Amino acid sequence: MIEIKNLKKSFDELQVLKGIDLTVNNGEVLSVIGSSGSGKSTLLYCINALEPIDSGSILVDGIGVHDKSTDVNKLRQKIGMVFQQFNMFPHLTAQENVALAPRKVKKMSKKDAMDLAARQLEHVGLGQKLNSYPSALSGGQQQRVAIARALAMEPSYMLFDEVTSALDPELVGEVEDTMRMLAKEGMTMILVTHEINFARDVSDRIAFFHEGRMEEINSPDQLINHPTSEHTVKFLSNVR
Amino acid sequence: MDYEFLWRPVFQAFPQLLKASLVTIEVSIISMVIGLAAGLLLFFARSSGVWIARFFASVWIEVARNTPALFQLFFFKFGLGAIGIIIDSYITVVMALAFNTAGYMAETFRGGFKAIPGSQLNSARSLGMTFVQAQCYVVIPQVLRAVWHPMTNQFIWVMLLTSLGMLVGLRELSGETQFLYSKTFRAFEFFAATAIIYYCIAKLMLLLFRLIAWRLFRGQ
Amino acid sequence: MAIDVFSELQPKDLLFLGEAALRTLEISLTAIGIGSAFGVVFGWMMSEGNRFVTFIINAILDIFRSVPLIIQLILFDSFISIAGYPLPAFVSGTIVLSVYTAALVANVARGGVEAVPASLRKASRSLGLSYWQDLRYIVWPVGLRAVFPSWIGVALSVVKDSALVSVIGYVELLKASQILITRTQDTFVILTIAGLFYFALSYPISKASDYIERRWNQ
Ligand SMILES: Nc1ncnc2c1ncn2[C@@H]1O[C@H](COP(=O)(O)OP(=O)(O)OP(=O)(O)O)[C@@H](O)[C@H]1O
Ligand SMILES: [Mg+2]
Repeated sequence: MIEIKNLKKSFDELQVLKGIDLTVNNGEVLSVIGSSGSGKSTLLYCINALEPIDSGSILVDGIGVHDKSTDVNKLRQKIGMVFQQFNMFPHLTAQENVALAPRKVKKMSKKDAMDLAARQLEHVGLGQKLNSYPSALSGGQQQRVAIARALAMEPSYMLFDEVTSALDPELVGEVEDTMRMLAKEGMTMILVTHEINFARDVSDRIAFFHEGRMEEINSPDQLINHPTSEHTVKFLSNVR
Repeated sequence: MDYEFLWRPVFQAFPQLLKASLVTIEVSIISMVIGLAAGLLLFFARSSGVWIARFFASVWIEVARNTPALFQLFFFKFGLGAIGIIIDSYITVVMALAFNTAGYMAETFRGGFKAIPGSQLNSARSLGMTFVQAQCYVVIPQVLRAVWHPMTNQFIWVMLLTSLGMLVGLRELSGETQFLYSKTFRAFEFFAATAIIYYCIAKLMLLLFRLIAWRLFRGQ
Repeated sequence: MAIDVFSELQPKDLLFLGEAALRTLEISLTAIGIGSAFGVVFGWMMSEGNRFVTFIINAILDIFRSVPLIIQLILFDSFISIAGYPLPAFVSGTIVLSVYTAALVANVARGGVEAVPASLRKASRSLGLSYWQDLRYIVWPVGLRAVFPSWIGVALSVVKDSALVSVIGYVELLKASQILITRTQDTFVILTIAGLFYFALSYPISKASDYIERRWNQ
């Protein structure tokens, strides 16, 4: 379970998160939508301890993410993250990309890590591309390697930050299918997205962010068809 | 032109020239290795939060890059001589070339690290790697690739600069040539042979670096 | 009066250093001018010529980048005296430095021409510009912008490398310093003056060039 309580976060003068309260239950898929700059990415970065916070708390399975006593490297193994930019490690093949963290962080033997990587890549439909370098993969394939790379750490949670928005339209589908598959398998996920239709299909709840606040959170049907906040209405009419 | 080219003495001296080439190669490698290590340290020092380290590194880097290598060599020779430290010409040359290389490489490293987007570090950290792990396995291999080409050029540049050794009495390839020619007064022939040897060393080094690069970076 | 072998640094010595500094400037600026002009032509030929031309020019220029400048100077100097046309040190120094500069600038210029996207040149030709007009009004300004900082880097390195011309008897700044050091033993003062001269010339120019590069890259 991820429990976020009164989370505040600023960059210098600019307050980006102005008190977020949010709980994500195990097995739940939560989509986060909202206009550019509303703090969606920042929220994910805070959950993964890639950004420090000003006040409030984030508990993952009851462990305070930003507590001094928390071993963030250990915690991050529980939380996989995939970014908008593909962020493949360009000097490693697809298989090595996936195997690197299991080897170095989990101290697996090279063979076990490579086997695991092969299985994970198979899982996302890239069994043929084990030895390809990122430069030889399409954006959609790179993004699926990134998902496999995160999954190889056997996380309990997955965070997706607009993973399809840097892709060519015809490649969006394959990555969305991979995420759908994970949702079906019961993975707990938070996904930031601009694809409302995809969010509706895949999520249990959708949260709408506006200027650092969570304006509204509801079931997909309620939020999309019967929004209560005027900002949500406006946002939805813009993206349609 | 009634000059008769006389190549015999050059051929006879060829073994000595080759032996001196080994000195040239040795001085280049030692200077380059020290210079690389010092350059990396200078880069870290310059980007550190300790102002004294930053200042020291900046002075070193800027002096190395903005004065002639020959000036730096004279500084090590005459400057240290003036305060009573007389060092061997071999060490003088190594110190000067390492000083010079460190300054240039510090800048090269800066460019190399800057070329790696911060998101690479973030993704590595998001997988649970420590800062050091992320640097070692993700960032530095990419930096190495980014600086490989300028590093190769720097290496060849250092090799060519070892010829300054002849001005401070080091018997590397140029120094040895000068010594030999002064016995025979066949300057042109001797220095022509030396030029060819330098050219060959430069090309061999380039080839070696290409081979290593091919091994290290193939496919990427 | 006995000849004063070791003597204090005198005002006239500073004048001597100053003149030597001017000689450093004189020979390096001349070489940069001549060498850049030739270098640009070679660079253009390499980027626009056929493979054979490119290969030949590159192979020849590469020699000058793969042999120490000091050896090039000695070799040229001894060659012209063998040939029976000894030249003043300034002239032979300028010739060698210019060729060396041209070899370096040629690569920079080639990079400049190649930095201009082919589509841009197609567009300009499609507007009816002739080949030469395209070179003059499109390739030159766009390419120059792309490689101006590298050219500054080459020019500054030529200023520094000009110190080597002393081996053929041209008394430029470093040679003058060496002469004075041997006589006066005022090592640090003299070396500092010489070093400061180069530094004061090179540092501001290289910083300005970094600044321009950053501005252009925005
Ligand atoms: N590292 C940073 N330093 C300073 N400001 C930042 C930083 N990261 C984000 N910001 C600012 O914080 C605000 C929220 O950024 P965030 O990336 O969380 O928005 P977002 O909702 O993900 O937007 P988008 O849809 O464009 O990705 C923006 O105004 C952004 O400029
Ligand atoms: Mg974002």
